[in-house]
Amino acid sequence: MSEHHIKLPEGSIERSTTTLNLGPTHPATHGVFQNILELDGERVVSAEQTVGYIHRAFEKIAERRPLYQITPLTDRLNYCSAPINNMGWHLTCEKLLRVKTPKRVDYLRVIIMELSRISDHLICNSVIGVDSGAFTGFLYVMQYRELIYEIYEEVCGSRLTTNIGRIGGFERNFSNAAFEKLEKFLAEYPAVLSEFEKLFNRNRIFMGRTMGTGAISAERALNYGFTGPNLRAAGVDYDVRVHSPYSSYEDFDFSIPIGSTGDSYDRFMVRNQEMWQSIAIIEQAYRKIQEFKGTDAEVYHADIPEYYLPEKKDVYTKMEALIWHFKIIMGETDMPPGEVYHSVEGGNGELGFYLISDGGRSPYRLHFRRPCFIYYQAYSELTKGSMLSDAVITMSSLNLIAGEMDA
Amino acid sequence: MSRPVRFNNNPIQPDINGHISVVDMPDGHTGEGYFVTKLSDVVGLARKNSIWPLPFATSCCGIEFMATMASHYDFARFGAERLGFSPRQCDLLMVMGTIAKKMGPIVKQVYLQMAEPRWVMAVGACASSGGIFDSYSVLQGIDQIVPVDVYVPGCPPRPEAILDGFIRIQDLVGHESLRRRTGERYKSLMGSYGIQ
Amino acid sequence: MRVYEDSTKLMSLTNETIKARLVDKFGEQVSHFEDPYGMLTFEAPKDLNLKVMQFLYDDPELHFQFLTDLCAVHYPNQRGRELAVVYHLHNLVQNVRIRFKVFTDIDKPDVFTATQLFSSANWMERETFDFYGVNFVGHPNLKRILNVEEMDYFPMRKEYPVEDQTRIDKDDDMFGR
Repeated sequence: MSEHHIKLPEGSIERSTTTLNLGPTHPATHGVFQNILELDGERVVSAEQTVGYIHRAFEKIAERRPLYQITPLTDRLNYCSAPINNMGWHLTCEKLLRVKTPKRVDYLRVIIMELSRISDHLICNSVIGVDSGAFTGFLYVMQYRELIYEIYEEVCGSRLTTNIGRIGGFERNFSNAAFEKLEKFLAEYPAVLSEFEKLFNRNRIFMGRTMGTGAISAERALNYGFTGPNLRAAGVDYDVRVHSPYSSYEDFDFSIPIGSTGDSYDRFMVRNQEMWQSIAIIEQAYRKIQEFKGTDAEVYHADIPEYYLPEKKDVYTKMEALIWHFKIIMGETDMPPGEVYHSVEGGNGELGFYLISDGGRSPYRLHFRRPCFIYYQAYSELTKGSMLSDAVITMSSLNLIAGEMDA
Repeated sequence: MSRPVRFNNNPIQPDINGHISVVDMPDGHTGEGYFVTKLSDVVGLARKNSIWPLPFATSCCGIEFMATMASHYDFARFGAERLGFSPRQCDLLMVMGTIAKKMGPIVKQVYLQMAEPRWVMAVGACASSGGIFDSYSVLQGIDQIVPVDVYVPGCPPRPEAILDGFIRIQDLVGHESLRRRTGERYKSLMGSYGIQ
Repeated sequence: MRVYEDSTKLMSLTNETIKARLVDKFGEQVSHFEDPYGMLTFEAPKDLNLKVMQFLYDDPELHFQFLTDLCAVHYPNQRGRELAVVYHLHNLVQNVRIRFKVFTDIDKPDVFTATQLFSSANWMERETFDFYGVNFVGHPNLKRILNVEEMDYFPMRKEYPVEDQTRIDKDDDMFGR
């Protein structure tokens, strides 16, 4: 309020707020969720969220499917980093079935998961740029997302919704072409990431847009159930890969970047730093894989004939392989009864799978603990008192993926 | 500092005599100082090379659309440089992703806000027929609420498939008769959807 | 703030210690202690759910201050205990997880809300209400969140099928059900 502000006598003009409906269709292609904002001029007084515009009833559909048919459903949760969801589901099934995977499978899984984490963070960070008007960063990094897609294609055949891996390992060994593309990625991508950082990190306009917007303290973030980069930006160093290591993450040496204020700039920086850590993990995993020699280097799945399809040449020649093939395809291999909760570090935080099995071939109850759904509740607290443009930047820096939010 | 450019490392010099592509002229009679053709051909030619799409991206197909828009599978070379998000200013409604029953009225509202001539492209299996989600909350195809011109199957369709769908839309736009939108058949089609 | 403290200076928290503290405080009311796949699971009557969670939250040794997940399960064959509300709690400092269940009757599915204790329970309880019809007493805004507002049944209950019964283009002959 400057000294030129007109002071009106008490009770002369009624002040009322404007209702602005932000969504469900809005630019910046984030997905469909709605925010009804009450604005007082340019300031947000309150925000109310409506979700469920893409509710696809995954949990109900999963009660009718055998375990391997649920993997394509998990793809479509956080579709920017679909392999992490797939691997998380396979790890949950392996925990239920008490299957131990060989080390080479674990390292291959780590490579794929870290590649998809990079792919997810690239989308989030470049779209923050697009939302604040900087389209160039998006175009630069999409080139390298195409290279990541090509690596997925070499392994599983598909780009985005990958259905990659099987219970116990992978469907095929990584080909030489896949490793060549991985080497090309490791050689070229660090320069691209540093160029992307140079565009944004100390850019006065970007810093002005993102610093101080959507800040949250560590205690409130923990109470709201935040996990993942959003929580680490608030200063809490909770990462499921370090706390409860899965898939041999304890063999790798990496650090967890944390921020201090939890605002949009910190979230952006934490994601950038996590991409550097992911590159380091992929390099370590690749070196470890190259150390396997001889028959060890051909191992790409665990030896579990009850759940992993046998090779076709064995199906045509051996009796046991034929029987296992028949039983798996017709869905007659039952799961042991029990309940298990397993979580992995997804692109947005702790993605959990709570699976209750009653001994049949499909789960009795499957519940996905979806990080986006849980932390979007805090949006009204994050944007209270901020301006409309800050509200948009906060929304895009939280990395809200509608598929994961509504499931 | 050397830039990590993967393409165009050895650029060829432009040759204006052979290597530019120009849109073909429509059929017509030409003479000294005049050229006669059908109005619908000229209008169709202008419209099809400057379609303004509205990307109604709801889920995974939206990410493939972002890849199509990026520089690898450039979407802008087909004339769709300007993506609008306001239906009042757009020609083509590209519905990409699953439409739930909660979202159905919103798709209908966006469609109604578009001005004639308008086209609709259903990208992906979910928009075409419900996809893999045969459940109580998913609309089994957007053609239950809006008339669709082109369906692009796939889950998600590759960027090349989305471009193929867009080229078919361009064919439809280029060959559309001027009287289509006022004729009986079109009115009865709109009537079957409850749209005046 | 570092949550991954050097936990050697704290006494390590095992499932037996947690069980002993709970039985100490609540006696016979906490029951059905199990340990599937290493995670301690127990059950309490639905009137005590807030008291148990408050005890687990405030106790300096137990320190379960993070609500990981809240969901429900429908067991149509258990008369009087059809709906189970399952809470997953996490002690971030010592990295211990537990699972806590309350069972309720399907005719009167009232459970006290955990929103005052954990803000993350707000939408998770709305989702549970939307899917199973569990009425959370004291919730600030208990209405449907993921389904359409006008829906009049609770779809995740076992008696309802997953497909929409009013659809005309897909039929069970073609789709093999």
